[in-house]
Amino acid sequence: MATPVKVHGPPLSTAVSRVLACLIEKDVPFQLIPVNMAKGEHKSPDFLKIQPFGQVPAFQDEATSLFESRAICRYICEKYPEKGNKGLYGTNPLAKASIDQWVEAEGQSFNPPSSVLVFQLAFAPRMKLKQDPSLISQNEAKLEKVLDVYDKRLGESRFLAGDDFSLADLSHLPNAHYLVNAAERGELFTSKKNVERWWGEISSRDSWKKVVDMQKQAT
Amino acid sequence: MALKLYGAALSPCTSRVMTCLHEKEADFELVPVDLFAGEHKQLPFLAKNPFGQIPALEDGDLSLFESRAIAAYVAEKFKETGNDLIRHQSLKEAAEVKVWMEVESQQYHPAISPIIFQFFAAPLQGYAPDQAIIDENTEKLGKVLDVYEDKLGRTKYLAGDFYSLADLFHLSFTYYFMKTPCAHLINERPHVKAWWEDISSRPAFQKVASAMNFGEKGN
Repeated sequence: MATPVKVHGPPLSTAVSRVLACLIEKDVPFQLIPVNMAKGEHKSPDFLKIQPFGQVPAFQDEATSLFESRAICRYICEKYPEKGNKGLYGTNPLAKASIDQWVEAEGQSFNPPSSVLVFQLAFAPRMKLKQDPSLISQNEAKLEKVLDVYDKRLGESRFLAGDDFSLADLSHLPNAHYLVNAAERGELFTSKKNVERWWGEISSRDSWKKVVDMQKQAT
Repeated sequence: MALKLYGAALSPCTSRVMTCLHEKEADFELVPVDLFAGEHKQLPFLAKNPFGQIPALEDGDLSLFESRAIAAYVAEKFKETGNDLIRHQSLKEAAEVKVWMEVESQQYHPAISPIIFQFFAAPLQGYAPDQAIIDENTEKLGKVLDVYEDKLGRTKYLAGDFYSLADLFHLSFTYYFMKTPCAHLINERPHVKAWWEDISSRPAFQKVASAMNFGEKGN
């Protein structure tokens, strides 16, 4: 039996959970290896060898060692095209291009403001760090504008890249989950009809529910 | 049928795509979008990119936005011609390229982009460059470049000993960066400096560099 792939990092990390969701969608067995971030393990010399920026996740598939969650997800889809959800990264170049476009939109437009809000509203209080109210309101305003674009798109299309759930939708799950469930910002999603419908669909996928379970078990 | 790229020759994101098109020797037409008239924020352009940003690509019925997604599509469409940017014949090398493409997107770009904004765009809006923002981001960028210095001491280019889309992604924003007083961040790191001189002297980039004259007299 082949060695399962290894994912290094805590399931509570948004980037780690992005990779876990992809592995579960693709039905690729994996081993989750804990990284004790409270003790600074992600900045240790051994960890920096597999992730030189000292961030999680790091990923290994036999001799291939990777980092950056979106790169890992694309790799998983290309390495295991016949496993699990075969259409996750499209089954032809046009579908793939549309998915890449929306993964980029997530990475460039959705992620920056939502990451700040997740940190400020969900993590900072639990870490007993001071919140920055102006940073919060600036990023709420930015995220609203992004979600306005999403609402229009999702009125034309069931999922971001087309009729099928894809890596583009999956990429949004980690931050959106915390905004809705740990930061009391569910209204950002429920106040827009199409976004609300989309969020309801993608967050109730079996694969995401399994990731949320892993996160719950880790607390 | 030739591709149509909607954008502006002096825009770094448009240049990112044009550099890729030149590397692939692909025929394309640059359709200018009048930024100063706000053309990118109105229909019909808004139908090509609902986020109101350049560039956008048209290839027959396919319409794409996000420069990195467009460049990846071009690199894949023309993978059998021109220079090999994505190493599609080796899963391992292709995965490395994906990693460093995401590093540009998630580590390099967020640090370098605000610096360029402060020196080039802020003056147009009537502000002097904000030194606090510049300092914060040069510190971030310095840390990223330390990782690059180490990597480029071990491999000639970012993803390995081969030039790839990952290196290409860095060209256009770094070109503008080198015109700022912060250029020393690149120049004081010998491997990064050598890498920069190598990749910026490639003919495909030279073709677009001369038009990247934002902020210079008469532009």
